[in-house]
Amino acid sequence: MRYLPLTDDDRRSMFSDIGVKGIDDLFADIPEDVRLKELVDLPRHAGELEVERQLGAMASRNTAASSVPFFVGCGAYKHHVPASVDHLIQRSEFLTAYTPYQPEISQGTLQYLFEFQTQVALLTGMEVANASMYDGSTSCGEAVLMAHRLTRRSRAVLSGGLHPQYRNIIETLSHLSRTPLEALVADPQGDEDIIAAIDEETSCVVVQSPDVFGRVRDLSDIAAAAHEKGVLLIAVVTEIVSLGALKPPGEMGADIVVGEGQSIGVGLNFGGPYVGLLATRQKYLRQMPGRVCGETVDANGKRGFVLTLSTREQHIRREKATSNICTNSGLCALAFTIHLALLGEAGLMRLASINHANGVALADGLSGIKGVEVITPAFFNEFTIRVPGKGVDVIDALVEKGVLGGVPATRLAPDQKGLDDLIIVAATEVNTADDREAYVKALKEVLS
Amino acid sequence: MSMNRGGRPTSPQGGQTSDHPTFTGNKALQIEEPLIFEVGDVSKTGVDFAEAEPHKARLGGLERQSIGLPGLTEPEAMRHYVRISQKNFAIDAGVYPLGSCTMKHNARLNEKMARLPGFGDVHPLQPQSTVQGALELIDKLAAWLLEMTGMACVAMSPKAGAHGEFCGMAAIKSAQIAKGDARSVVLVPESAHGTNPATAALLGYKVRDIPAREDGTVSPEAVKEALGPEVAGIMLTNPNTCGLFERDIVAIADAVHEAGAYFYCDGANFNAIVGKAKPGDLGVDCMHINPHKTFSTPHGGGGPGAGPVVFSEAIAPYAPVPYVVRDGDNFSLVETVEAAKGAEPFGRQTAFHGQMGMFVRALSYMMSHGSDGLRQASEDAVLNANYIRAGLRDVMSQPFGDQVCMHEVLFDDSFLKDTGVTTLDFAKAMIDEGFHPMTMYFPLVVHGAMLIEPTESESKVALDQFIATLRDLVKGAKDGDLGRFTGAPHHAPMARLDETRAAREPILRWRPEQPAEAAE
Repeated sequence: MRYLPLTDDDRRSMFSDIGVKGIDDLFADIPEDVRLKELVDLPRHAGELEVERQLGAMASRNTAASSVPFFVGCGAYKHHVPASVDHLIQRSEFLTAYTPYQPEISQGTLQYLFEFQTQVALLTGMEVANASMYDGSTSCGEAVLMAHRLTRRSRAVLSGGLHPQYRNIIETLSHLSRTPLEALVADPQGDEDIIAAIDEETSCVVVQSPDVFGRVRDLSDIAAAAHEKGVLLIAVVTEIVSLGALKPPGEMGADIVVGEGQSIGVGLNFGGPYVGLLATRQKYLRQMPGRVCGETVDANGKRGFVLTLSTREQHIRREKATSNICTNSGLCALAFTIHLALLGEAGLMRLASINHANGVALADGLSGIKGVEVITPAFFNEFTIRVPGKGVDVIDALVEKGVLGGVPATRLAPDQKGLDDLIIVAATEVNTADDREAYVKALKEVLS
Repeated sequence: MSMNRGGRPTSPQGGQTSDHPTFTGNKALQIEEPLIFEVGDVSKTGVDFAEAEPHKARLGGLERQSIGLPGLTEPEAMRHYVRISQKNFAIDAGVYPLGSCTMKHNARLNEKMARLPGFGDVHPLQPQSTVQGALELIDKLAAWLLEMTGMACVAMSPKAGAHGEFCGMAAIKSAQIAKGDARSVVLVPESAHGTNPATAALLGYKVRDIPAREDGTVSPEAVKEALGPEVAGIMLTNPNTCGLFERDIVAIADAVHEAGAYFYCDGANFNAIVGKAKPGDLGVDCMHINPHKTFSTPHGGGGPGAGPVVFSEAIAPYAPVPYVVRDGDNFSLVETVEAAKGAEPFGRQTAFHGQMGMFVRALSYMMSHGSDGLRQASEDAVLNANYIRAGLRDVMSQPFGDQVCMHEVLFDDSFLKDTGVTTLDFAKAMIDEGFHPMTMYFPLVVHGAMLIEPTESESKVALDQFIATLRDLVKGAKDGDLGRFTGAPHHAPMARLDETRAAREPILRWRPEQPAEAAE
């Protein structure tokens, strides 16, 4: 077995040094009647070539995003990642290290986490950020719990533009803890009055921009109305590249910003692993969940970094911790940091501008098709179209034409009415003019 | 002295090295590296894009003017991140015996497989007809996990171990609510990981501690005493955090079930018993699996992990969405509670379908090992830990006496009594010797705990060197060679860091230096 260094001779001599007859003596604490006598019913070990063959066969049954005109978004986006990012995150020192509990020999990890926190704070327009969460959706759930702790209230109000699966997470938390929740109905065209839903019991309002339908929202009025009642505004950003073009939530009065960082540095990975962002005001620091890295000095006065504020965390506080979270999304945070360091402000703003331009061009193309209506007036790189018939049928028909044309709104929220004929469409820098033409042509054919 | 023809000396002159300060503060391969904010520039970028096509902005008047993010060109970025990487210890660089963390070898085949475009470049919301192979992989991994654990069903979506704990306890809570038997207390042994009580509290449970008996395990009597109609369940780690198999586990499970409660097993240490026993045979109702421990997905400096949870028949109906359903060669996803036929999922824990990238790596590991290799890995992990125990038992102290351990061996600090050396000092001295320290001060039930987990990935040569080094350190401590310990590490990139200062005045981000205030 290529991964097991002990030889049979090693094992024999080790048994003798330990003073046991054989392996059974070391497993004697497992009760005899439940100790397995036979191997479990699975294939025997396999060489690299065989594993590659089998997994390669499974992989080949999937349509890779890069292989077709691709316009699927809704919380995960196809972007180009520079080759150097993946090279660097695969360095042994990053890939095969544990949580930096021994800071003297973990400054590599700690320094990039400090850089990550600073980048996230700058990008979101907030004062502080943590060292990442599992993903945007779980980060959103944690932000709601954080708001409950800060306000000592427990009613959350969710915008109908919030990603429905994010909404489901908060609904699950609320259901399990028997706390009140008001989730507004899906809001593809911006009719909701979220301010009216805020009351004295409300701890937070959760608003996504660009929302799940792609609509860009000014959060300033909501923030002002919320703050008047002592309510916190949680702003959600699922397409983080948008912050290269749009005013950040921190400038619009958000108290907590949560984000999905996948678009920068992390591939699609069929949904995970991704990297959750969570940023807030300095004054809310002690109620912020998750791991945090801070600056300090060593015994010689040299600047260095350590994990800090661990008195909030489960390994110290146990049942009194701010969260049960024990890990972050370290390597994905590194990919995010490196990619964003390569982009810099100039590159990110250029990237965002290309995304917006491609979105606008696609919207213009699709709205020229008879019967198709673009219903999102202000958007970044994603918008919603209304089609004749069911969105899901149109998307399936487009697959036959070799185009992955977006997400039918009903896939995310089958329980919400009025979404049957809506498709959410995303365009990024990877889409060429040919891709757009292929989409327009295919959709025309499907609808004719 | 010999000379080559150009007059260049080819033998060392002047003899030994000494600790000369350098102009830069660098020490040859150890190079001081500033933050990107100190070396980068907002006008610089390492990514070339053509300008966007001309377009009329539709951003709703919310255009951003500036961000303040510095950029680096590619050569600068490579150098920056390579330099900081060199300040990290890593499994690939040396023995990393962190107890309870399972730092085993991370095979590169698994990285290659996860990056196949068919896995790494597929979107979670593509039409299901275009991702049949991805769903097949999830289904296959699920089947392997069920065979290994002897359980009824598995929830694949939890993102990490603690997320899996929440999943299991939420399902238990839902099962009891469905029976009209909501309960308020969860039993947790004192030696448990901190995530266990934190998870229970997150679900609104009160935590009741169970003390360990003198040999470091939990007694069925103590559990029985703590059980009652208000008790929802027990969260028990097995093998436990002292590295011992809870040999009365079946009796504990029986007592728990008799009281109408459920048995949550923390599967953090499942790696010790894969192929040797099935949790399903031990009376377990839920158990999360840490693929980053048991199945070698890389720890990556603290994540990402994954936390699939296996369930018994009793709890299975309450498992969360999403899940994959197989019908012949066709795979489909159940993504909403409403769509779950004949089940009562407690809800959803994350967007999308779980840590696919980790699933591919874990399955690649499992297929590489196979039934025989998986069992051999468990046996070698246990053998290596016991070999370390045997090599150190006469010089270090074991809190529960010298008994056979599982995959990790626990020492306490009583062998350091009166030496002036603490557990922390001892650990930091290991750094100078080129080893990552073991887990320190955990489990909390043992004073000055040192928990060593070598894993199956270490060779006998490496173990012998590790044992010899620790023996020499013990001797140094007992001989009063304090300088080797109290100031350690002496040879790491940094000396000991001031954690108190970091917590007292938290600096969590870089800010430009404030110009010195003008004298008035």
